[in-house]
Amino acid sequence: MVAPDTLRVVRCGGSALCGARAVFSADSKYLLCASGDFVKVYSVNTEETLRLMGGHADLVTGIQLNPHNHMQLYSSSLDGTIKLWDFMDGILIKTFNVGSKLLALYTLASAEDSVFVVIPKNGERDTFQLVSVKLTKGASQDLESKELSVVLDDVGPSMKHIAFGREGAYVVSVKGVNLQVYFFKRKLLNRFSLSTVKTKGDNRFSCVVCHPTEDCLATGHADGKIRLWRNFHHKKEYTYSALHWHHDIVMDLAFSVEGTRLLSGGVESVLVQWHNESSCQKDFLPRLGSPIEYISLSSDGALCCTLHTDNRITIINSNLRFSRSIQGLIKSRDVKTGLVVDPRTKALVLNGEPGHLQFYSLQSDQQLFSLDIVQRQYIHEAGLKQSDLVKVAFSAQGTWLATVEESEEVTDPELQLKLWFYHEEEQSFQLNTRINTPHDNHITDMCFRDMDELGDDSLILVTTGRDCVFKVWVMVEDTDPEAQQSVSWTCDFVGSYHNYQATNCCFSEDGSLLAVSFEETVTVWDSLTWDLKCTFCHPPGNIRKICFGRLTCSKYLIGTTDYGFLCCWNLLTCALEWNAHLNVVVLQPDPLSEHIAAVSWLSKESSLFVFKPNEPRPIYIQRNLCKEKILLAAFVPRDEPEMISSEKYLWLRKSQPFFLTDTQELMTLSTKSLEERLTPSSKQLAVEESLPVTPFSLLLGKHRRQQAQEDIDLGKPVVHNKQEQASPAVKELLHTPAHVLPSASFLCTIFINSLLISKENKSAEEVADEVEMESEKAEDDSDEEDVTAMEQEDTSHMELLGEMPCKLSKSQEKELRRIRKTDYSWISAF
Amino acid sequence: MAAYKPVVVQTCPRLGEKITQDTLYWRGYKTPVQIKEFGAVNKIDFSPAPPYNYAVTASSRIHIYGRYSQEPIKTFSRFREAAYCATYRDDGRLLAAGSEEGSICLFDVSGKAPLRQFEGHTKPVHVVGFLSDKYRIFSGGDDYSSALWDIPSAREIISYSEHTDYVRCGCASKVNADVFITGSYDHTVKLFDARTKSSVMTIEHGHPVESVLLFPSGGLLVSAGGRYVKVWDVLKGGQLLVSLKNHHKTVTCLCLNSSGQRLLSGSLDRHVKIYSTTSYKVVHSFNYATSILSLALSPEDETIVVGMTNGVLNVKHRKPEEKNENSQKKRQPVYRTYMKGKTYMPKQEDFCVSKPVKRVLRKYDKLLRSFQSSKALDAVLEPPIMLHTPEVTVAVMQELHRRGTLRSALAGRDEKQVNLLLTFVARRVIEPRFTSVLVTVADMITDIYHPVVGQSAVVDKQFLKLKEAIGKEIDYQEELLEVLGMMDTLFATFTKKSLEENKSNGVKEIIQTNRSY
Repeated sequence: MVAPDTLRVVRCGGSALCGARAVFSADSKYLLCASGDFVKVYSVNTEETLRLMGGHADLVTGIQLNPHNHMQLYSSSLDGTIKLWDFMDGILIKTFNVGSKLLALYTLASAEDSVFVVIPKNGERDTFQLVSVKLTKGASQDLESKELSVVLDDVGPSMKHIAFGREGAYVVSVKGVNLQVYFFKRKLLNRFSLSTVKTKGDNRFSCVVCHPTEDCLATGHADGKIRLWRNFHHKKEYTYSALHWHHDIVMDLAFSVEGTRLLSGGVESVLVQWHNESSCQKDFLPRLGSPIEYISLSSDGALCCTLHTDNRITIINSNLRFSRSIQGLIKSRDVKTGLVVDPRTKALVLNGEPGHLQFYSLQSDQQLFSLDIVQRQYIHEAGLKQSDLVKVAFSAQGTWLATVEESEEVTDPELQLKLWFYHEEEQSFQLNTRINTPHDNHITDMCFRDMDELGDDSLILVTTGRDCVFKVWVMVEDTDPEAQQSVSWTCDFVGSYHNYQATNCCFSEDGSLLAVSFEETVTVWDSLTWDLKCTFCHPPGNIRKICFGRLTCSKYLIGTTDYGFLCCWNLLTCALEWNAHLNVVVLQPDPLSEHIAAVSWLSKESSLFVFKPNEPRPIYIQRNLCKEKILLAAFVPRDEPEMISSEKYLWLRKSQPFFLTDTQELMTLSTKSLEERLTPSSKQLAVEESLPVTPFSLLLGKHRRQQAQEDIDLGKPVVHNKQEQASPAVKELLHTPAHVLPSASFLCTIFINSLLISKENKSAEEVADEVEMESEKAEDDSDEEDVTAMEQEDTSHMELLGEMPCKLSKSQEKELRRIRKTDYSWISAF
Repeated sequence: MAAYKPVVVQTCPRLGEKITQDTLYWRGYKTPVQIKEFGAVNKIDFSPAPPYNYAVTASSRIHIYGRYSQEPIKTFSRFREAAYCATYRDDGRLLAAGSEEGSICLFDVSGKAPLRQFEGHTKPVHVVGFLSDKYRIFSGGDDYSSALWDIPSAREIISYSEHTDYVRCGCASKVNADVFITGSYDHTVKLFDARTKSSVMTIEHGHPVESVLLFPSGGLLVSAGGRYVKVWDVLKGGQLLVSLKNHHKTVTCLCLNSSGQRLLSGSLDRHVKIYSTTSYKVVHSFNYATSILSLALSPEDETIVVGMTNGVLNVKHRKPEEKNENSQKKRQPVYRTYMKGKTYMPKQEDFCVSKPVKRVLRKYDKLLRSFQSSKALDAVLEPPIMLHTPEVTVAVMQELHRRGTLRSALAGRDEKQVNLLLTFVARRVIEPRFTSVLVTVADMITDIYHPVVGQSAVVDKQFLKLKEAIGKEIDYQEELLEVLGMMDTLFATFTKKSLEENKSNGVKEIIQTNRSY
């Protein structure tokens, strides 16, 4: 396909998985998840994303299997449509347009052709109602389904707030401290409410589930209690018992298939399994990494899956053993590290789990690995001063990694600068040096002097801090021969400028100059002698970001200020080259070209400007890149330069820009369409291929392989036969005395034809005709010839060899003879 | 799912002396034996033959001590005035010594009266030695001359008067029987060959030479004088290899250990430094009570004997090697139970099931894992942890603070526990690596327990101790700041000067005050 003229903005990762509970397919082989505007199909065994089903225009809020056909899936979205999918093939079957925002979706086996959705009540804000939607039947793909009947009023907006009871006999809804149960058959509505006065804690409902076989309800509460309700048929004699382990809100509950076990999860990121409500016996699966948002079970009860707030899916065995986790771009609380590209793996590196650095592979939309930086147990509790990673820098070859971590405390940030060395044998980063309190106040920026050609000796790390200094760290060889490591890092130089806070630092491409911004001023330092060379400023407004130009534009220094100016200074003349009024939030140079991308944030939309420092006119402008605010950007080098026909997009040739929004969604610009981007492998549901090798399949595979081997062995003699059959022609040619042979021009065609593989009998007949005329004797030989091969090719070969096939039908033979006779008679008649 | 991560205990690298093989080796000496001599000990020499007696020259006597004797086993006291430089011959049977009156005496170790007396020097003879052929003696005297004597005939063979000041040290080559060197106060070391009429090499040391030494190979020469110890390559014509300046007073004596791998130097600054002869770095040093004049090391480094200016002889014996037989015996029993199945080599078709590695958690980690804050704090307040690894205690306190449960862990303790806690805090709060955490802890303790102040004398005392410790630390810090201020003033004047210099060079620079931490 020719690259289309338009550049499209593509969301390529990090979409929130927390729209709805995940759903296992009926055979528990696939896991279906609502991910942003898409529905994703994962293979449970291989953790791969098998399919991405797009079509909704807004967030998907609910997915449910079609109870009447478990190969189909209903999905609801905020765009007001319910879509029916065949998730095995990724085909959209039908779209039902409901008309109002859909907040949750439920299906019931007993309800023939209707589904239940939660919609906002007309005219009232923050009031929702549960309605049943009659799915109209029709041939066309887009259908209007406006036939709504209200089931329950005043329900909660989340799908966790409503549950359908045993065989769809009743529906339960919780909101605030109120619980309501509606019995379909009896058309009875029971309301219960908890007293808010008696209890100390916040006992509002957070979620509700129904027992699959008994009349029993389990509700989770904001104070961490779980209540089990029974006898709720009666308005007065209802009973409930409480289970309490969680110290904070119960996020989700799930009954096992038989109803003997209850699973609960919350912000503690511990999955709790309650065995028996009376004995309070419970099992735990602790340290799942991040708060549990949803729990869902497969229909056979063998697997359980938890969706976490950081967009991770954990699959857990029925015996409460961690099985595997599906993780794409992990959502961290705050991406403080920025988007960094790992030079070794070309993976995006940013904050992951608390205290971890995630390496996210852009090609496979998977997390490559997670590096534990802080190395402390993370306590999931609100109000704690956690320490987290704030800055990350890689050296040019990716051999060194510098990280800065600090705790959230304002007065004593407990700063630590860590330097990690990439260990080739273990294929991971190992801690080399830890520096406690490298600066007296928060570190604002950090960069390596990366010079490929000079090797490790030139490696310098610069950190800037709010304590008004920047520090230069160098590697020193350890003199002690018995020390475990040969090098360590130490401070070499401390520079300051008029006691201003240092905010940014940047090395020029050749590493000779260091630019450090101090509030309103940019200072340029010689990196050999650490002398201050010159200063630039563009008052008013602090410098927000600085970078040097590259390649042909290396004489320019670009800076952006708080007051919305983009300035370009010439380092040779020490003067302002040009400036532009632009509120730049992100300034990102492309490491492989002169281009610099600037993302501005103006009136609730982000715009992208790409320019070269040597000319003030941008070479590319994309207005309204997205509605969200873009916080970070990175250029990821392509493996091979992409062929781009359009002059306008040449800047995309060597590297691809990626943007991270404030909702931690990853976006990129691509000239390719969505279909092209998806690799063919992900288009097929590779059922067999995706299965792991079991001992049985190994056994089977061995057997199959043997067969294949036999086939090959069989195949060989066939080939030999052909050669043997071809040889008589040659033999004949060579062994017949020269004076008996016909002319060479006559023989040539026969010889050449003997080497051809012909399948057409008709032509063979004609040739046979001629051959017969030539030698009658050979005909007799052909009868004696041992012909084992039954293939048509072989017969044709024999024909071409000038031997009458024994396989020719009698009629054909007769015909041939007749022709011969007539021929002769005709000649004699002459 | 991640496993529980244990508390990170931040260990600081131990400052100061590092434990190396050398420190372990040189520390392996018993507490010294002190023997009082009559005067300053100017020479100690070990007999090269067993039982390795040593001759000590002090004042007008030569004492011979046995290896472990504290009393001299023999004394030569036939000197009217001071004796100098009693030296053994290679076989350990003859002893030569110089004297204040200028004569050289040769003694049989078993006899009393001198066998020979060599007269010729007009001034005191401070250095005497045997050449390696055993039949000749070289000497150097305050008459600026050095001479060579024949033992059988007691005659002077040759005399060199090349030095221009007192000759105070010398050494004979072990390789060549004709070569010896002398060092003099005229700042030179001269190498003589008995076959020639004059010195063959002169090395300028730069300071009055107090001691010289030749390596067993004869290729390297070490000279000591002033604060310097210098190593010269004789074979390269006296090229300076390395100059060591590790003493802050005059170096008086030099000595090699038995393997030749280490060089020892004693100095008036009361230190003996031990250098590696490969890197010429100080690997260890000994500290003595007074200035050191002489130093000797017995074969196999069994004994270090040091003579002082105040006449004290300091003898250190090596500790016997510790035998670990007892501990080995304990490990021995039931070989079979331990070895069962361990020697089995899996075959190719075997399917190996590896045992899950059992992670051993410390007690406090186990308690922290189950969120038992108070008990975790109790666990690290146990005396062995609290006394020997205070960083563990502090790390757990920090972890509790991070979890927000430190206050509840500290609260509700009885008198004994509060006492323990306060003792720890008062003792460690002044250590910079613990200060930030322990100040918080102290703050919380005072907060929690201030209502009960006055009820227990023990706790009150600890509170006062804490107050005192913090008060002292504050005073100390103030003093330090004062010193820093003074130093800043000094640095400022210094930078001003250099600025002026730079200006005179026509270079305009902006001076940064660099404060490296």
